[in-house]
Amino acid sequence: MDIVIENLTKKYGNQKAVDNISLKVATGEILGFLGPNGAGKTTTMKIITNFIAADEGKVYIGGKSLSENPYEIKKHIGYLSENNPLYQDMPVIDFLNFCASIQGIENSRIPGRVAEMIKTTGLNREKHKKIGELSKGYQQRVGLAQAIIHNPEILILDEPTSGLDPNQIAEIRKLIRELGREKTVILSTHILPEVEATCDRIFIINKGKIVADGTAETLRKQAQGSDILRVKIEDGEADQIFKSLQSLKSVSMVEFTDRKLNRFNIHCSTEEVKREIFRLCVNKNWVLTELTPFETKLEDIFRDLTMN
Amino acid sequence: MKTIWIITKRELNSFFDSLIAYIMIILFLGFSGFFTWISGSDIFMVGQASLRSFFSIAYWTLFFFIPALTMRLIAEEKKSGTIEMLLTKAVTDKQVILGKYLATLILIIIALCFTLPYVITISRIGNLDAGETICGYLALILMSAAYTSIGLFSSSITNNQIVAFLSALFIGLFFHIIFEVIAGGMKGLLGQVINSLSVPVHFESLTRGVVDSKDLIYFGSIIFMGLFLAEVSLSKRNAYNQ
Repeated sequence: MDIVIENLTKKYGNQKAVDNISLKVATGEILGFLGPNGAGKTTTMKIITNFIAADEGKVYIGGKSLSENPYEIKKHIGYLSENNPLYQDMPVIDFLNFCASIQGIENSRIPGRVAEMIKTTGLNREKHKKIGELSKGYQQRVGLAQAIIHNPEILILDEPTSGLDPNQIAEIRKLIRELGREKTVILSTHILPEVEATCDRIFIINKGKIVADGTAETLRKQAQGSDILRVKIEDGEADQIFKSLQSLKSVSMVEFTDRKLNRFNIHCSTEEVKREIFRLCVNKNWVLTELTPFETKLEDIFRDLTMN
Repeated sequence: MKTIWIITKRELNSFFDSLIAYIMIILFLGFSGFFTWISGSDIFMVGQASLRSFFSIAYWTLFFFIPALTMRLIAEEKKSGTIEMLLTKAVTDKQVILGKYLATLILIIIALCFTLPYVITISRIGNLDAGETICGYLALILMSAAYTSIGLFSSSITNNQIVAFLSALFIGLFFHIIFEVIAGGMKGLLGQVINSLSVPVHFESLTRGVVDSKDLIYFGSIIFMGLFLAEVSLSKRNAYNQ
């Protein structure tokens, strides 16, 4: 099932939480939904899960309009909301039984499905405890289990790894990747490496508006404009190296990063530059000790796009 | 229908797990038992094998207990956020309202069932009118059903349980006494209309052993209005303002 959002707008009072957002998520795609606090991520997710309605715009899921068939469509959505609200006074296993039956799983299949979920999310030792007695990480696992228990075709996860320890984060990411092979996943997070590790596509919004949409690669290309190489050359005079580098054909700019250690950042436009630098060093008898393409961090792209 | 029942079962379990159900049953039996059998102006004063004095006491105890049961139903879920988890599952708002309503009503009926020993005791002492007794219980159940639906509506308009409790009592008070008092000082058609809105008028006519369609329609309308408004208020978050 795919998700199509057209011109979505939602206002709280005079403030536009979501401002004319359009978005398509293909079946089997994992979309990372980024944005600073208050950008409208959660609001968008609440609209897609039919908890609140948009003021304007339409959501189509699997080609059907959400506002016209909410009940039909909700069966195919698994949702883990931001604060992961759960019935604190229910034991884990009872809660999962409840979720399974309310999502319309046949009675005969419920015990098997619940056992499977408990195994997948590693809750076996905690299954008879009340949810309120569990630590935040375990509660997050219960939240994830209730979201995927009915094997939904669409998963909406609002900060799924918050409160988990590094091991659990790795496990959950792996789980999301596996689920994402056949399901459509939208996941929001503040942890940027997480998006790179799990998502096929990144979608950044700020103040309710789209500011970026694409893979991590394309976002980098857009942000940098040109490629940057980090170079360190030994056994030479710094100024002489600087001049020689600048005189190379495909180099557009050279800057010192460390004069004593002869380190430079080289802005260039073509791939050819690496060979030119190498040949230059061979000719002048310099030793090339570092030559690495410099990647703009996703953090920097995120800050560029959302700080204004 | 199955979904409603799943929600009802969960709510009932939650009533019993959180001890609310036991406290409610014990207090209800304690209060109505004390005033029915021990207090002095009790069932023995009447000198008749009749449960009328029990019905008129339960009429008051239920009035106070029902808002205490209904106040948490939706307000608590709104406050803790679990309403979001529940409503984004494959349920409609109506199913959630009906499920919660049914659970509360079942709990009240369970509490009323514990007063059946009263019936057995009285029927051994004298000649108990079966029709009147059945109608009395029917009146209590109908009244409880009406106040439960008012309580559910009150719980749906707020996320504060105290506010839910007080507004349920406040709305209930109009039906319980105020309409009757107002109508007492009025003449003509308006007085009659207001009088017919009052619960005791219909309650008493039922406890006398007469099942009139007017009374059934009266309680039915309150139940329907309460549930309808509760659903409207729950769905407000999701209204399309286009």
